[in-house]
Amino acid sequence: MEYEISLLTVMGINIVLALSLNIITGFCGQISLGHAAFYGTGAYCAALATTQWGMSFWSGGLLAMVVAAIFGFFVGFASLRVRDDFLAITTMGVGFLFLGVVRQQDALGGEMGIAGVPGSGLGEFGFMILVLATAVLVIAFSLYIKRSWLGFAFDAIAQDQDTSRTVGIDIARFKLAAFVLGTAIAGLAGSFYAHHVRFVGIDSFGFIESISILAMVVVGGIGSIWGVVVVAAVLSVLPLWLQFVADYQLLIYGALLFSVMQFNQGGLDGIVRQLVRKWRAND
Amino acid sequence: MVHFELLVQGLVQGTIYALVAVGLTLVYGLLRILHIAHAGLFSLGGYIALLLANQTGSFAFGLACSVLLVGLAGMAIYRLAYQPILDKPPYVALIVSIGLYIIMEEVFRLVFGPSTISFINPPLQGIVEFYGIRLREVEIATMAVAILFIGGVGILSTKTRIGVAWRATVDDPEMARSFGVRLYSVRYFNFFMASVMAATAGAMVAVSNNMVEPTMGGVPAYKALAIIVMGGLGDVRGTLFAALALGIIESFGTIYLGSILDRDAIAFAFLIIVLMFRPQGLLVRN
Repeated sequence: MEYEISLLTVMGINIVLALSLNIITGFCGQISLGHAAFYGTGAYCAALATTQWGMSFWSGGLLAMVVAAIFGFFVGFASLRVRDDFLAITTMGVGFLFLGVVRQQDALGGEMGIAGVPGSGLGEFGFMILVLATAVLVIAFSLYIKRSWLGFAFDAIAQDQDTSRTVGIDIARFKLAAFVLGTAIAGLAGSFYAHHVRFVGIDSFGFIESISILAMVVVGGIGSIWGVVVVAAVLSVLPLWLQFVADYQLLIYGALLFSVMQFNQGGLDGIVRQLVRKWRAND
Repeated sequence: MVHFELLVQGLVQGTIYALVAVGLTLVYGLLRILHIAHAGLFSLGGYIALLLANQTGSFAFGLACSVLLVGLAGMAIYRLAYQPILDKPPYVALIVSIGLYIIMEEVFRLVFGPSTISFINPPLQGIVEFYGIRLREVEIATMAVAILFIGGVGILSTKTRIGVAWRATVDDPEMARSFGVRLYSVRYFNFFMASVMAATAGAMVAVSNNMVEPTMGGVPAYKALAIIVMGGLGDVRGTLFAALALGIIESFGTIYLGSILDRDAIAFAFLIIVLMFRPQGLLVRN
């Protein structure tokens, strides 16, 4: 039972994390190769707040969201200056900068990380319920955004930035909004991670983690809420169920990214849509 | 004197970055693809050169084979991975390339093992005195090879038919095609040259560190990406300038900024500063 609880907790954290990137990359079309930096910012904030500054689990989580969002706000400015490929490289750079800075700070534990992060105080089961409830909330929030004016503006920017500017959409404001929302949620996921694993270290927030998060979004279908949720859930449990998936995890992620982009850019969402269309046509 | 030594060390590092980055910027200039899998070719070049040198005892033979095989591998990557998706939005090729790089890194791990491999008889280890600075032979060789290749690319692109065709294709593919340029041959040629340079850089780094490992391509490749962005994507002169500048800045930065940032972070801090002030690249005019 304990094993299943931990499994579901990890799954919930990954769903929240994948959906947070989905707001930036999926809804607003801004490719980010450094999302793990915000996840890491949240995790480090929560760890520091609860081990050093005597804050509670709840206020630590809130702090993690706020700090990650402020960080995201500044990185969002980069997306106003550069776009597409340039933005991808810039966000990748932000990821490496985060690692480089954290590694050199003794206050953040350097290479050793921060150990002894306390639990949530809700018990394993209670924490799982909290994480899953948050995942459901984030799903609902994503659905809400998608149908709101904010979502329409995001979509317009993702489709064609120059045209959206011409029709009077304030691109800068909406891009910053996407970055702030997405990174705040990533910060929250980070604080959950810190309290679940009880330890934070830089190795968990590197380029590979950024790519793993991107893989969940890309394979699920960029911008598709249900697709991203399903793939995030499956990719978090598969390595625990199947030993060969655990052994070759990165190889599988790489192959998934490669083949989805080669054969069906819509990801899982696109494939299902295609199947449904075929099935209807045959009827 | 210390400063002069730092400068020279920075230039050596900068030429390695240049060898990797010029290839990347050539690919970007032609196809608008951020070719992250270039890093995999860099590692592959190091592995082939080292393993063959250990087998046959001749580093020159290993290097020659490595350059040729990796050049062909680069052409194969273009044909199999990029050609089918050229008409898709830019992020598609980017993600394909990331996927490909991760696959290559994992395959190296599975085939050659996760630990480092070293030369049995490390070549080019002698030390040369040069105006009071001690340089290893491998460092001089690296600079010589880099000048040879990059100068070669420069001459090739201005003085030969394929070079003229190549520049015409970069400027306007449709126009070049209507003048009888075979686009596919230009693209194959481009990938071949870029991969040859990556393999050479990989082999030289393998000698310099006396080891290869599956992840050896990571850091130089990420930095090469930063360099080509700073150089103004597709601009070869800007890329060269950015590569050498980064080598020198890192060399001084590790002394003066080492307590705040590590070496890799300095590169990206520099990148972000450059992008905020000159998003079009260091040398590109508006």
